[in-house]
Amino acid sequence: MSVAESLHAPLAVRTEDAPNAAGLKSDAAKERMQLLGLCSPALVLVTITMVLPVIWLFYLSFLSDEGTFSLEHYHRLTASKAYARIFYTTFQVSVLTTLICVVIGYPLAYFLAQLPRRAAALCMITVLLPFWTSLLVRTYAWLVLLQRKGLVNTWAIELGLWDEPIKIVHNLNGTLIGMVHIMLPFLVLPVYASMKAIDTDYVKAAANLGASPIQAFWKVFFPLSLPGLFAGALIVFVLCLGFFVTPAVLGGGRVIMVAMSITDTIELFFNWGAASALGVVLLVMTLGSLFAASKLLNLDRILGGGRGGH
Amino acid sequence: MSWFSKAASETQITHGSRLWLYVVAALVMIFLVAPTIIVIPMSFSESQYLEFPPRTWSTRWYDHYFNSYEWMSATRTSVVAAFLTMVVATPLGVMAAYGLFVSSFRFSHMIFLLLISPMMVPVVLIAIGVFYVYAKMKLVHSMTGLVLAHSMLAIPLVLIVVSSALKSYDMNQEMVARSLGASRLRAFMVVTLPQIRFSVITAALLSFLTSFDEVIVALFISGGDNATLTRGMFITLRDQIDPTIASISTIMVLVSSSLLVLAQVFGQNKDGK
Repeated sequence: MSVAESLHAPLAVRTEDAPNAAGLKSDAAKERMQLLGLCSPALVLVTITMVLPVIWLFYLSFLSDEGTFSLEHYHRLTASKAYARIFYTTFQVSVLTTLICVVIGYPLAYFLAQLPRRAAALCMITVLLPFWTSLLVRTYAWLVLLQRKGLVNTWAIELGLWDEPIKIVHNLNGTLIGMVHIMLPFLVLPVYASMKAIDTDYVKAAANLGASPIQAFWKVFFPLSLPGLFAGALIVFVLCLGFFVTPAVLGGGRVIMVAMSITDTIELFFNWGAASALGVVLLVMTLGSLFAASKLLNLDRILGGGRGGH
Repeated sequence: MSWFSKAASETQITHGSRLWLYVVAALVMIFLVAPTIIVIPMSFSESQYLEFPPRTWSTRWYDHYFNSYEWMSATRTSVVAAFLTMVVATPLGVMAAYGLFVSSFRFSHMIFLLLISPMMVPVVLIAIGVFYVYAKMKLVHSMTGLVLAHSMLAIPLVLIVVSSALKSYDMNQEMVARSLGASRLRAFMVVTLPQIRFSVITAALLSFLTSFDEVIVALFISGGDNATLTRGMFITLRDQIDPTIASISTIMVLVSSSLLVLAQVFGQNKDGK
């Protein structure tokens, strides 16, 4: 029973047989309705600045240049090779970024989860600092580090890793490095939270029953940390799908993702119909991933960050 | 017994046998912080090409920033917009969180989802949608329009932070205050708010930062005298590597890390306990 329920429950029990029970009940309902009214300013703002504009774009995407209903913008999306390439790039970058984040983020979260409290708080700053730093600043930092005469090239040549400056920015590699850097905290934080919620007695019990450390990790700890890992990977993937700033700056025009294509369509061609259709497809992809994930996994359990046990 | 052969966890694995984990974690942590940190000394370089370590130190790029009318105007716009966003989004978000928490209807969950949807819908889509509607309402390039759009983006954060604080708060305390004659508003202000204040402050800092760091919506709807700092930075970045950006970045890193320290300090005092 939630706190709010317990708030109303005693009232209902006490007044069950009272002559004015019906009146009290409707009063209570009215009061709850008024309290719900507290949401209305926020609801009005979100409706005007987000819901209505998105519905409007939806409408525009089905409008032909002559102003009649048509599917021409969607036809163009499916017919054109250029768009197929953009969608392919978007998926490629999103999937690769998510995979790299999982591979390097999971060990970091595991390491942080096992540290003593104070040390963990200290090391956590390395995850939180980038999280709080402007994404533009971080993208700029990578642009500077990865450029032809940048620090990475200079140091790598001095160390003898490669002989002459190589191109690591204004292409897919640069984009991936920047994206992984931006997305990593979104993976580490939920994974860390879910690891912290795991009862260490399970692992102790496994060790007690003769499991080697590696067995105890893979058979007991890892499965229990999966809900957090899925949640983190899902957040990263969905954010990547609609990402704009980092690929626009670090991709140097060679890595065109859906979001960039949308802004170009507006800024260069003023083609609202085409941009809206792209936007609708992006929205469907995003919400589709979230929906599929919520069907496949029990999303409430993930978001609740619970014990994840059976 | 050396540290290497000491037990490192419940499973009696030794520090030595998972040295690789420490190495990987250290490398990833360096990867996370190094880029942002390295920009700071670079911003004090005399050269047109950013060097590390700088051969000659100078504050040339800071002078350039502080003496530029455009950059100063953009900074002013960003700070004002972020402050106003904080002032608008925090009360709206707290009201909504409280309203949803105490009323707990069956459809409250739907309202919650609707209010946090700005976090799920791709920002580009929101940006062009807002641009289209603002063009009709003559709100493009206006401070009002910018603050309203940024507040909408900040509301989900406020709602999530404050809702989770309310969940661990014992609402019976407010009932006691009300049974002793306090109105609901007074009971909230005097009893509940002081106990969730740290979360409210964190939420306010987050909404400030949401607006201050926001790029895409600002790219479309801000401009003229009301162009934001991030808009100017993004447009400059697309064309060239201007060292002035390094000095601005340094200042922004200082702003966000001091906000982070503030949030951590408040975070230590857990609410509702």
